[in-house]
Amino acid sequence: MSASPVRTTIVKLLFGAAGMFLFAVFVMPPLYDLFCEVTGIGGKTAGPYQVTEAGVDTTRTVKVQFIATNNGAMPWDFSPKVHEVVVHPGAPTEVAFYAKNRTARDMVAQAIPSLTPFNATEYFHKTECFCFNQQPLEAGKETDMPLVFIVDKDLPRSVKTITLSYTLFDVTGRTTDTTDSSNYKEPFALLN
Amino acid sequence: MAHGPAKGIGRWLFTTNHKDIGTLYLWFSFAMFLLGGFFAMVIRAELFEPGMQIVKPEFFNQMTTMHGLVMVFGAIMPAFVGLANWMIPMMIGAPDMALPRMNNLSFWILPFAFALLASTLFMEGGAPNFGWTFYAPLSTTYAPDTVNYFIFGMHIMGASSIMGSINIIATVLNMRAPGMTLMKMPMFVWTWLITAFLLIAVMPVLAGAVTMMLMDINFGTSFFNAAGGGDPVLFQHVFWFFGHPEVYIIILPAFGVISHIIPTFSRKPLFGYSSMVYATASIAFLSFIVWAHHMFLVGMPIGGELYFMYATMLIAVPTAAKIFNWISTMFRGSMTFETPMLFAIAFIILFTIGGFTGLMMAIAPSDIQYHDSYFIVAHFHYVMVAGAVFSGTAAVYYWLPKWCGKMYDETMGKVQFWVSFVGFNITFFPQHFLGLAGMPRRYADYALQFSDWNMISSIGAFTYGAAQLLFLFNVIRTIRSGTPVSEPKTWEGAEGLEWTLATPAPYHTFATPPEVK
Repeated sequence: MSASPVRTTIVKLLFGAAGMFLFAVFVMPPLYDLFCEVTGIGGKTAGPYQVTEAGVDTTRTVKVQFIATNNGAMPWDFSPKVHEVVVHPGAPTEVAFYAKNRTARDMVAQAIPSLTPFNATEYFHKTECFCFNQQPLEAGKETDMPLVFIVDKDLPRSVKTITLSYTLFDVTGRTTDTTDSSNYKEPFALLN
Repeated sequence: MAHGPAKGIGRWLFTTNHKDIGTLYLWFSFAMFLLGGFFAMVIRAELFEPGMQIVKPEFFNQMTTMHGLVMVFGAIMPAFVGLANWMIPMMIGAPDMALPRMNNLSFWILPFAFALLASTLFMEGGAPNFGWTFYAPLSTTYAPDTVNYFIFGMHIMGASSIMGSINIIATVLNMRAPGMTLMKMPMFVWTWLITAFLLIAVMPVLAGAVTMMLMDINFGTSFFNAAGGGDPVLFQHVFWFFGHPEVYIIILPAFGVISHIIPTFSRKPLFGYSSMVYATASIAFLSFIVWAHHMFLVGMPIGGELYFMYATMLIAVPTAAKIFNWISTMFRGSMTFETPMLFAIAFIILFTIGGFTGLMMAIAPSDIQYHDSYFIVAHFHYVMVAGAVFSGTAAVYYWLPKWCGKMYDETMGKVQFWVSFVGFNITFFPQHFLGLAGMPRRYADYALQFSDWNMISSIGAFTYGAAQLLFLFNVIRTIRSGTPVSEPKTWEGAEGLEWTLATPAPYHTFATPPEVK
């Protein structure tokens, strides 16, 4: 039995196995995120939007519904001030979500959006949103959190109703700087 | 130069002999089979009647999780690695595995992996309770603290599998006897070669998945946590990218075993050898591109559902080629029905039933009805138990005389077969009805209208379980006091290099490679 062909086989296979591990941890999550971003499948809306062209399409209206959910044991009161609005595509609209920290300790929350139908995701723009930042709230305090959005004029005509859902997570104690433009943070960024 | 085995416990601890290590793997997997079977008995005892009978729901969840983990990773996978260790060198005319010392290591870390996993049963917080698929966030945010033991157990088990696979590929590619071209290799060697490549491709992905869980739980990352920008659905994609090839990792070596037993007892060569090889390779390739058929209900776009539906149904083509080849092998053969043949024929029938229910679930619109119901439980037990376990049992009966030079008790073997066959079908066939009627899986209790079939299913499970004790008894009795056999060919129609060796197989074989024509 000659050692060298066996050794060549082993080295190749070890590299293959290590490569697949790295693929799973470092390639699959960003790839998945990219895929969701491109297709809008995850219903994750994008970060702050810069208005590029003005003009309102008054020929049609779109109904936008709001849903607020608390994740797990999140103890806050959390609800939309209005549950639905009817808007013209292209018109900026401001709504607000109500939140109250009913506990006796200061807390920090992060809202995560999800939008249906998926093919409307890329046509729903937010110029201002409480979900862009973590929201600190002192014990017992309440607040109105603003959201300004524009439905794109290119929204497919088949879409008559858009439902925007926010899930509120308790992120007290794992606060990070979230002033970046996207909701998505590299998982490893939190390690630093 | 030839020397026999060392004396005492040291023989087993320090052995580098492929036959010893194969034996260790087989006994370990049987021990795990009994442990996982015990968990299954707890599950079926609790489900014997509606309402809470024996265990608390929390413990029931631990039982379903541990049953799945122990059976898949502790019983079935090591059983086939054990068969590979025993048979591959003897089938290709090699003196041993290419890396004997790594072989020792890859076995001896396994007991530690499963000791870590099983020890969680006795810890505060209990064993893993999130299902064998350990979906995040159940396995991260809501997991018991013992989840870290589970994660490290998985890491060790994965390392063992990867080392075992490297060893098998290095052996098969480099140590075949002169004249044995790839297309002359026995089917069991072929299926294991392909399985080993699958293992090397996806076990690291499993390791990656549990590593990301570990980071999320302990180091504040958010791979699967939506609050930090991750996504729980990502976990399902990563898991099933491992998980779907994993089911073929389990079943391909079983196909290999059946491809030896059917020709032997039909006294005809295997029909369509080269198509068997290509079918195996096709199944392995397709296994990488169908994973999301486990996830039809996560909210995929219609295009995705259609793609995964058609790609999944495509797997039926090479699988059917194998089934037809086995049937053609039997056609007009002079068949006899010894115990291994009975298990092999039952494998073909029951695996085909499991394959058809798999096709039913591949249809995305109807999968909405079957998803997470007892229908899927029935489906995967038809392919895992009647597929992998039946073929493993057949393999043990088939090669046991070659291994120990003694014949098993044929009557007891046949009794075990019929009790297993009937018990298995009584257990799992009614679960199709339960699933179609809407009984969800993984609950400790059920609505009253499911009572009758659940009781019948539990009775079948106890019957099937008892038959496995008979199996254990038959094997031990054979080793201790079976009728000695000495002719090289135990079975009249058996072909292959392993049957040219003396019976029982000497401790060292093929020190001089045989010539294959």
